[in-house]
Amino acid sequence: MDSLTNYLLVSSILFSLGLYGVVTRRNGVAVLMSIELILNAANINFLAFARFGGMNMTGHIFALFVIVLAAAEAAVALAIIINIFNNFDTINIDDVSELKQ
Amino acid sequence: MSNLNSLAHFWPELILTVTVLIAIIADLFYRREDSYKVAWWILGGLALTLFSIRIGGSLISSLFMGTIAIDPFSEFFKVLILLSTTLVILMSFNSKELKDYRVGEYFSILGIMAFGLFLMVSAIDILMLYIAIEIVSIMSFFLAGYLKKKPESNEASLKYVIYGAFSSGIMLYGLSILFGLTGTTKFFEMQTAIASLGSDSSLALLLAVVFILVGFGYKISAVPFHFWTPDVYEGSPTTITAYLSVAPKAAGFAMLIRFFNQVLGDGSAMTSSTWLALNGIPWPQLIAVLAAATMTVGNLVAIQQKSVKRMLAYSSIAHAGYMMMALPLMSESGIYSIMMYLTMYLFMNLGAFYVVIYVEGTSGGESFEDFNGLGWKMPFVGGVMTLFMVALTGLPPTAGFIGKFYIFAAVIEAGSQYYWLAFVGVLNSVISLYYYIRVVKHMYLIGERSETVEIPSSKLVIALLLFLAIPTFVFGWYFSPVVNWISESLVIFNGM
Repeated sequence: MDSLTNYLLVSSILFSLGLYGVVTRRNGVAVLMSIELILNAANINFLAFARFGGMNMTGHIFALFVIVLAAAEAAVALAIIINIFNNFDTINIDDVSELKQ
Repeated sequence: MSNLNSLAHFWPELILTVTVLIAIIADLFYRREDSYKVAWWILGGLALTLFSIRIGGSLISSLFMGTIAIDPFSEFFKVLILLSTTLVILMSFNSKELKDYRVGEYFSILGIMAFGLFLMVSAIDILMLYIAIEIVSIMSFFLAGYLKKKPESNEASLKYVIYGAFSSGIMLYGLSILFGLTGTTKFFEMQTAIASLGSDSSLALLLAVVFILVGFGYKISAVPFHFWTPDVYEGSPTTITAYLSVAPKAAGFAMLIRFFNQVLGDGSAMTSSTWLALNGIPWPQLIAVLAAATMTVGNLVAIQQKSVKRMLAYSSIAHAGYMMMALPLMSESGIYSIMMYLTMYLFMNLGAFYVVIYVEGTSGGESFEDFNGLGWKMPFVGGVMTLFMVALTGLPPTAGFIGKFYIFAAVIEAGSQYYWLAFVGVLNSVISLYYYIRVVKHMYLIGERSETVEIPSSKLVIALLLFLAIPTFVFGWYFSPVVNWISESLVIFNGM
């Protein structure tokens, strides 16, 4: 059970779910959650490769940095969504379309 | 070089960091209407940074255990970034949109963004690359949505954050696959590892490259990753639109050149005149097709626009396409021509946007109708705008012509397999003539001739317009300083 393939399988499922979520969800917060899934799929990859590839700590460090950057990005994104809610009274990204397509 | 020793060569970034910290603290002491004074702190810091770029001598080395390179190539881009940041800060003084807001943070964030761009142009480690991209992206989300009360600006930042986070997520996934294949995060170790990969991993490699290309393509707004560009550019404050269309794009190209040359190529760009793609990954062909698509889409959609600002947004997509033409050539003259084009593009594009900012401030709009009769009412502004439009089209004797000339020369030189690309490029330049000249038509031929003549009341406006217009014109026939500068800067750190 404890093999690299299993971890990569989980991460690719997570990645695909994230992609699916970004494409289908119209709620701004749900889209952000899907993006988090993509980032975490990449994190699983980094950790799995680092553990099974017999590498040094680089993969672990990378994952830590990604977690921090994801948090920073989420903070900014949520602030923007709060601002959108104040101005538009909705967080549905399809309804936010003042600019012409 | 070890971490402590590296600091001695890290002056520009250190000075920028301290500047931003000082500016944030200074901002606390200013009243709302004085908050624009923060800009002077930042401008002072940027000037110091410019002088510090060569403080460690012209050393070519890697810093911080091989995560950052210092070489003339990155110094060239750092100067371009500093120049555009300085110009955009000066342009912001006259922006009508920013009048209702406290602008202290605005200038500080521009400083942070310049810092992120510095890292972007010098990163030689995928971890540093990712951090740099995220610093720049997060700061641009802020800036795009800076006009909190304006729905368009909110929308721009929402679209930006969703597209930006999404594409950087996909890029990160691609980087993780690349990390798994090569077992390292350093560019040069990756290159050796990729060169020795067997053919059974070529599919994984291709997948990783395509995913990474999504991230890069988003940064330089290449088709088909350009969907965010028009809306973000239209909704953002115009000063930020000008900045986004120049500085991050320049840094994105620097990053692309470094990455493709040193990770996916054999890295000999600067020792021999051409280099090869590793393991037969067809990325040169891929980028050539993307370049053709980028300029065509950018130009065809730009024709239909009613707003000058949005038209310039699409035209900036087209310009990214022209520059991308020279990427797949994998020759020294290709890189040379991209650097040439970026230098010229900086002046003419910032100039065009500054005229839009100025017209917004006087007549209140940015549509083509707002430019009616402008050439008669304000001969000076109309004259320089005509110059910028001619330059953006790429007609002699302006800087735009020289930029395009070098790009096309490099493409033709690369051999007959790229003739079609040059043909598409020329065709696109002709299309672009239509919508650029349309601005000139609105300025001089449509609308009544005004009897009174106005000149900009602010000396800063005149000085800035002249500062942008003179190089746009002069570099059209006297460009040997630029040529020399770029030839000296064509040294990329190659891991030795």
